[in-house]
Amino acid sequence: MKPAEFLAKPSQWLIGDGPEGNIVVSSRIRFARNIKCKPFPGWGKRNERLEVLHIVWPVVENLPQMHDALSVGMDSLGMLEKQLLVERHLISREHAAKSIGSAVVITPEQTLSIMINEEDHLRIQALLGGFQLQQVFSIINQADEYLEDKLDYAFSEQLGYLTACPTNVGTGMRASAMLHLPGLFMSEQIPKIINSVNKIGLAVRGIHGEGTEAMGNLFQVSNQTTLGESEEDILNHLQKVISQIIEHEKNARLSLLEKRLNFVHDTIGRAYGILLHCASINSKEALNLLSSIKLGLDCGFFPSHFRQFIDELFIEIQPAHLQKFFNTTKLNPQERDCLRAQFIRQKLSHLPPPSFLHSSNQPPPNPQNN
Amino acid sequence: MKNTLQCDCCQKANASVFFTQIVDGKIKKLNLCKECAVTLGFDETTSYDLAENVQGQSSSFSGLNSPFTCPICGFTQTDFKKTGRLGCSNCYTVFESHLLPMLQNMHKGTHHKGKIPARHRLRISRLQELNQLRADLEKAVKEEEYEKAAGIRDRIRSLSDLEHE
Repeated sequence: MKPAEFLAKPSQWLIGDGPEGNIVVSSRIRFARNIKCKPFPGWGKRNERLEVLHIVWPVVENLPQMHDALSVGMDSLGMLEKQLLVERHLISREHAAKSIGSAVVITPEQTLSIMINEEDHLRIQALLGGFQLQQVFSIINQADEYLEDKLDYAFSEQLGYLTACPTNVGTGMRASAMLHLPGLFMSEQIPKIINSVNKIGLAVRGIHGEGTEAMGNLFQVSNQTTLGESEEDILNHLQKVISQIIEHEKNARLSLLEKRLNFVHDTIGRAYGILLHCASINSKEALNLLSSIKLGLDCGFFPSHFRQFIDELFIEIQPAHLQKFFNTTKLNPQERDCLRAQFIRQKLSHLPPPSFLHSSNQPPPNPQNN
Repeated sequence: MKNTLQCDCCQKANASVFFTQIVDGKIKKLNLCKECAVTLGFDETTSYDLAENVQGQSSSFSGLNSPFTCPICGFTQTDFKKTGRLGCSNCYTVFESHLLPMLQNMHKGTHHKGKIPARHRLRISRLQELNQLRADLEKAVKEEEYEKAAGIRDRIRSLSDLEHE
């Protein structure tokens, strides 16, 4: 599949409602794998990286899941295309900086993505919408079992899968869920949650992973350690913690609606007002306001059929997606903020104002208003 | 401790990054040069037990004089200090004695408990069986059950032969 054709389709993880989809945006697992005794990509010379690429790439392309996949060398992707893949969480920022000697292969529905010669020879990633780490695990494990049969993985009895960075050795697995936590944010409980999650050996990160800022009340929770525990134990632990965070978020929302209803209405109403009337807006502000709209949808203040539309906006307002939509050359930040505002106004023109009557103790709205 | 603040990690450059962590009321301090701070991930804010991590690491590296080099990829100990990454999978064997204390601080354990690639499974299950049989043999000898011990010994021999095929 050609990059243009591939990028014209939305990512499947964004479509439809996964389990706990109101709070868990997506579930993701990646495996780090390497070929025995070949220099890791960061250490190998160009010809050594190419040698690994020539061994690994055809095997990855032959995966049954990779039928009709996007399969492309990083040297033949443009800056914009690379950035689009980063914004869709299909490649890492680090991989986007790679050129000759690295490649990426992604299934057409964009649930399984395999980076070749990123930090490790193979970075296999599976991604689904909602809270479904077990299903994600079975997708990635199936791919891994196929690959391990054809490739001689670097593996030691004591240390497990050997990786370029010692922080990944063992299972080579990083499992994470992207959580939307406006309730905990509005009730100022985020620092408390981050603190306690960190204490039990899990990491909380921003929207694009390590070292990135949290925007739009989106937080990624993932395992920190990879050695000394089985994949199953890591996943069970992570799932337990995430389930608890989901409960806390639900309780925070209930208590806000019960005790600070006016504050909730005000936040959502202002978000609606700004998004529909702004003339220039940066990503961070837009994501934070969209988060309030998303909360409004969850509380029934907006018609539910707008859900997917709003979820897609979280991706579509990011720089590369905007640039692609307006089919322009690289924009400066001011131009981009203006186009973003225009784009959002256009997209939300059919979204009715929030109807706060359903949820409060006031009488239901007049049916004639429909 | 000298008066000038030296980097606790490379012990060469002057420290310019200062890290203080309080764990259970005990204060741990680390002074690092800029380069080591970046290598060790101190430019990011994680609440991970970093002080412990680095201290374990520096103590395991500082006592060494002879430089280790991986015969497969030419990676050295200095390269590891610089990058925080390894050169190839064989480096794990070459640098094992320095890596293990570091891994112990970094992870939940030092033994892989996860999945095993199919092509290693047979060999590893044989190794595990051998270890079990050796323990059984010792026990049988101790309890003076010589007939049983002989049986176990034969089983060990045949398994070892398979291993060397």
